[in-house]
Amino acid sequence: MDGWDVAIVLVKVVVVFALLLVATILLVWIERKVVADMQNRIGPERAGPWGMLQTLADGLKLLFKEQIRPNKAEVGMYLLAPVLTLIPAFLIFMVVPIGPSFTVTLGGIEREISMQGTDLNIGLLFILAMSSLAVYAVVLAGWSSGSKYPLLGGVRATAQAISYEAAMGLALVPVVFYAGTLSISEIVASQAGTWGGIIPRWNIVPLFVSFVIFFISIIAETNRAPFDLVEAEQEIVGGFHTEYSGFRFACFFLAEYINMFNMSAIAATLFLGGWNGPTFGLTGFFAWVLPIIYFFIKTFALIFIFMWVRATLPRLRYDQLMQLGWKRLIPAALAWLVLSAFVVGIRQFGAPWS
Amino acid sequence: MAEDTRAPKPAREHRDVWITAEEAPDWMSHSTDEGAQTMRLDESQQRLVEQMGVRVADDYVLDDQISEDERMIINMGPQHPSTHGVMRLQIELEGEIVRRVKPIIGYLHTGMEKTGESLMYMQGGTNVTRMDYIAPLFNELVFALATEKLLEVEIPPRAQAIRILMTELNRVASHLVSLATQGMDVGALSMMLYGFRERELILAFFEKTTGLRMNHNYIRAGGVAADLPDGWEEDIAEIVEKIPIGVADYEDLLKANPIWEGRTRGVGVISAEECLAYGITGPPLRATGVDLDLRKSQPYSGIEQYEFDVAVGSNGDVYDRYRIRVQEILQSLRIVQQVANRMPAGDYRTDDRKVTPPPRKRIDESMEALIHHFKLFTEGFKVPEGEAYVAIESPRGEIGCYIVSDGSAKPYRMHIRAPSFANLQGLPIMLADSLVADSVATIASVDAVMGDVDR
Repeated sequence: MDGWDVAIVLVKVVVVFALLLVATILLVWIERKVVADMQNRIGPERAGPWGMLQTLADGLKLLFKEQIRPNKAEVGMYLLAPVLTLIPAFLIFMVVPIGPSFTVTLGGIEREISMQGTDLNIGLLFILAMSSLAVYAVVLAGWSSGSKYPLLGGVRATAQAISYEAAMGLALVPVVFYAGTLSISEIVASQAGTWGGIIPRWNIVPLFVSFVIFFISIIAETNRAPFDLVEAEQEIVGGFHTEYSGFRFACFFLAEYINMFNMSAIAATLFLGGWNGPTFGLTGFFAWVLPIIYFFIKTFALIFIFMWVRATLPRLRYDQLMQLGWKRLIPAALAWLVLSAFVVGIRQFGAPWS
Repeated sequence: MAEDTRAPKPAREHRDVWITAEEAPDWMSHSTDEGAQTMRLDESQQRLVEQMGVRVADDYVLDDQISEDERMIINMGPQHPSTHGVMRLQIELEGEIVRRVKPIIGYLHTGMEKTGESLMYMQGGTNVTRMDYIAPLFNELVFALATEKLLEVEIPPRAQAIRILMTELNRVASHLVSLATQGMDVGALSMMLYGFRERELILAFFEKTTGLRMNHNYIRAGGVAADLPDGWEEDIAEIVEKIPIGVADYEDLLKANPIWEGRTRGVGVISAEECLAYGITGPPLRATGVDLDLRKSQPYSGIEQYEFDVAVGSNGDVYDRYRIRVQEILQSLRIVQQVANRMPAGDYRTDDRKVTPPPRKRIDESMEALIHHFKLFTEGFKVPEGEAYVAIESPRGEIGCYIVSDGSAKPYRMHIRAPSFANLQGLPIMLADSLVADSVATIASVDAVMGDVDR
């Protein structure tokens, strides 16, 4: 490990950070445009071309706003929570590969540079761990605000996260069965190629049920409609971020959209083949850049579903959310887990009756 | 004709009604002090029944084991996204479960009833139209009807048909707002914008006809302020054609949506008996299965000539109220279509010169007409002594106007029986033992307009 390795890691970190921020800015704008279109509105159109700079303007506005702190707040936790919500959001994306690796010669050595922050051999567990950590920020924010509506939001967040964490984890186990590894890059590699030259070898084909359960869970995990009880504006005003203003509020807002992007990227990676796709016999730079485009197309397609769902469905009630999680998703995920274990077992060791 | 049962002319004297602090120190120190309006934890059984309804209060046992930390009194409103204006609810929560609710009103009190006593009957329309600002034409109509009852004037058939046309369109607009806000409060944000999209058609027609999108002062004693604009038939045809298409959209979006059904079925239930005991009318009452619709039981302005059905529910829950509103939109459009088909020719206001100013042309020709016009608009027309109560079916229920006249040009007392006010009283019963999210859905389904509540 020499200075170049350190430099490469630093560059990756900066790229991930910048990518997520830019993605968020775009995402907020896309969401507002898409939802506006679905609701017969125009959406932002004043700031920049087609209103693209609206998010930037909003962010700047929040930066300059007063940051109110309630008298009854538990100061330490209250100040920590917005930071705490951003850390896991940025860390999750470090293990997601966004394209094939390439080689450069640096410092006299030819190095292969992967398009991934770091290829952890426990990547999938890392994702689960980080997404569970994200809820702490919400709970702490709700509790430390010293106000009643945030408290309700915090309590809701606890219950919701625990329920959907379980379903999400269970939905991911069949993926591990099929890929035989927890490393994200190897899971992506296992989805290369096609069946019979037509159907891509993506996990969504054999594991469609897992995908559906996982997708529902990540909507709940990111607190998006129709599972946005934690911040349900019509019920508990703003939920956990009622008492936050200025840049502290912007942190929560940012984290929500980064999480949405992260989770869509993870769903695309685990179920939609990641950056895999036809390269049409191209070589060199195009063969490298095309998969990256595929990755973003898949991710944004999933994000579009997020937005579509938000524009269509009413919000669930607290008890209904719990029922959906514990009585429907977790049993379904368990049953599917057993079934897929059975199938993988037969593929691996042959049928017991043969 | 007039019966001689009018009350003797009440003496106009201004009594001092304010209770001083020396007379009732307790009352003074608490009534205006918001912090003192707390919910008492030890309520008598009688109070509980009043607050929660018989069915829920029966099994309400104040559990001493629950610590004060788990029971929380939360103030919902007056600034809250879903209280539809400035209503305040004190809610006693155990976790997420609402145990008791106490609605507190008065944040939008503007004294319009009192103001009505210093305005002439001709000006009164401007005043009453601001009460229920979602359905302003109903306020105007009921005020005009009560005035006309005292005046005993004949209203020409065209004026009556225009009144029915406009109020039924207003009912559609009001129900569209109700559906829209109901959707928003349950989390279906698109529903809000779709509802307002269709409403826009009606408001555009209102603007064309009355000059304003709300607060029209269009229906006045003696008829309406102006005839329908040229080409109104096409506008009505467009409204009658397009709104059902929009309603079909809402049905796709909500009717069989499992989340919507889960959020509204069995939520905010109130029984027919409780409704009648509290004077709750309109969609909340009809949702319980009582087919009380004043358009059928006490027809006004010739609405009995038109065919329509009264939508009735059975469960008395939020879902039934939503269904009733959807059906009433379609039924009202049916009435609108019938009115448009057989709109009678004739004058749009009575030719009784006592209430109607002379035509513009006559003013140029005749000095007497000019004087008459001037007197009518400065002194107003005098209304015979007596009292009158007229009730009509507004989108929210029975709206009534009670006027006492002392023979002058201004009402001695004007009172509006506001449906929102009565319907709001049912909230504690509807909300007891539900969840916070249900309370929002229920408030929206009651569809109270705070301007109507406080007046």
